[in-house]
Amino acid sequence: MEYILIIISAIFVNNVVLSRFLGICPFMGVSNKVSTALGMSGAVTFVIVIATIVTYLVQVYILVPLKIDYLQTITFILIIASLVQMVEIILKKLSPPLYQALGIFLPLITTNCAVLGVAILVVQNKAWGILEGVVFATATSLGFGLALIIFAGIREQLELIKLPKGMRGVPIAFIVAGILALAFMGFAGLDK
Amino acid sequence: MSKLNILTRGLLKENPALILVLGMCPTLGVSTSAINGLGMGLAATFVLIMSNVVVALVKNLIPDKVRIPAFIVIIASFVTIVELVLQAYIPALYEQLGLFIPLIVVNCIILGRAEAFASKNGVLDSALDGVGMGLGFTLALTVLGTIREILGSGAVFGINIYEGDGILVFVLAPGAFLALAYLIAIVNIINKKMVKK
Amino acid sequence: MAKTESTFLSMSLTLLVISLVASASLGFIYNVTKEPIEKSKAEKVKAAIKVVLPDFKETIVVKIPSDGDSLTCYIAVNGTDTIGYAIETYTDTGFSGHIDLMVGFLKDGKIYNTAVLKHAETPGLGDKMDVKKSDFALQFKDKDATTFKLKVKKDGGDVQAITAATISSRAFCDAVERADKALKNFIHK
Repeated sequence: MEYILIIISAIFVNNVVLSRFLGICPFMGVSNKVSTALGMSGAVTFVIVIATIVTYLVQVYILVPLKIDYLQTITFILIIASLVQMVEIILKKLSPPLYQALGIFLPLITTNCAVLGVAILVVQNKAWGILEGVVFATATSLGFGLALIIFAGIREQLELIKLPKGMRGVPIAFIVAGILALAFMGFAGLDK
Repeated sequence: MSKLNILTRGLLKENPALILVLGMCPTLGVSTSAINGLGMGLAATFVLIMSNVVVALVKNLIPDKVRIPAFIVIIASFVTIVELVLQAYIPALYEQLGLFIPLIVVNCIILGRAEAFASKNGVLDSALDGVGMGLGFTLALTVLGTIREILGSGAVFGINIYEGDGILVFVLAPGAFLALAYLIAIVNIINKKMVKK
Repeated sequence: MAKTESTFLSMSLTLLVISLVASASLGFIYNVTKEPIEKSKAEKVKAAIKVVLPDFKETIVVKIPSDGDSLTCYIAVNGTDTIGYAIETYTDTGFSGHIDLMVGFLKDGKIYNTAVLKHAETPGLGDKMDVKKSDFALQFKDKDATTFKLKVKKDGGDVQAITAATISSRAFCDAVERADKALKNFIHK
């Protein structure tokens, strides 16, 4: 039951993009087409889940016992950066088609604050173990994917519409995001 | 490019948040009130200036292929310094900004300036660029924070200016997107007019 | 100065040196700020105890068990008289996660006052749980959990939730209830 709560809360109620404001850069950057949005969500899910596991283990078994948890930020970002590199190299070797699909998104992920954000949120929540962390990480990435794909779908339609000059491009994208966030607010209260 | 130009272009013409649309996560996340926006902006400005200076100093010592990880370590160190100092001397602000302080590391503005400017220019120019871009970011955050605070909680810097609760939605997530959208649209129009002249 | 070539040696050496310099300087800053950080935390706790309890001379610190965890309890005394108990409690169910609260109980188990130690709730909504921002927390004053149900009205309790911030109000109740239960267990023993 607790896991279901974490999942629903992370996907809908506290959606990572629309309510926590993490991962806005890729949200704006690669949401022009549904197909690229799908690729990006896949790559992000992959990295977020692995990064959460590794950073959790490093925090619990290295940083805390050695009392150097003030190095958390610097350690986590290095882990994420190297993970992204590793994933890129491994994918290239093992599955060239998957690399073809995800490859261009991978370097962008290092600076996706959702990855670092989720890693920190997980170690900050004292009530959670690694299992809850992984569930939360997976659900958060699904929430990211959901928001990104809905958003891309709307933006594809927006291309066809005439807009006032100042509103074209970024501003209208933010208006759409605002309306989406409003819609997602309707989910608040679901997690009673 | 003149020194003055380097310093001032970050404020409006190349405002990192409103024109280049970088660093959106903290822009939306902490702009719930004017003081939060200002605090976040100044914290990021400090990191930006320091990392720009250090990157400009060591740029020739760092081999090209490991330049990004090296920059990330430099930036992360300054972020941690900000984190510790805020926690020690301004704990209230530290708690309000919360998660977004460590996230300064992945603020695209900072890595972006290190890569695009500091790694190709001298120390003084890089420092000026950091000041300009940082203040531009601070300005954007403070303006957005003020707008959201006035509309959402009826106050400016915590001082009530009218009775009642305000339009709650502006303190919440959707209001952040909407307010930013209009702010960017307005700045776009002003910028275009200025370029024409 | 010529640009350093990207060889394996130069690359590993640069990264090693940078990491060493970075961690050394951070270690230094950490040691410098350690004391002020602890001081500001301790001062905050001290100030909170003063808010949540009537006048007292000194406090005795004890750890009291709570659901497999433990809470810090400050027993306020005036010589041999016990004035009350200030309990540092928490909840993880806030709208933005973790909330730390200080709840003061009088000797008879009635709540005297509350103070928010740490929260990340939405400004203008959830942050009204702070006594400084709204009257929400005042309704707990002089209430005893045996007669005053520590749940929001929506959940069948007696607490009037903050408008549009039911989740934060619910979390607040959860933290107060945790303190109340732990204290009653502790006193009965």
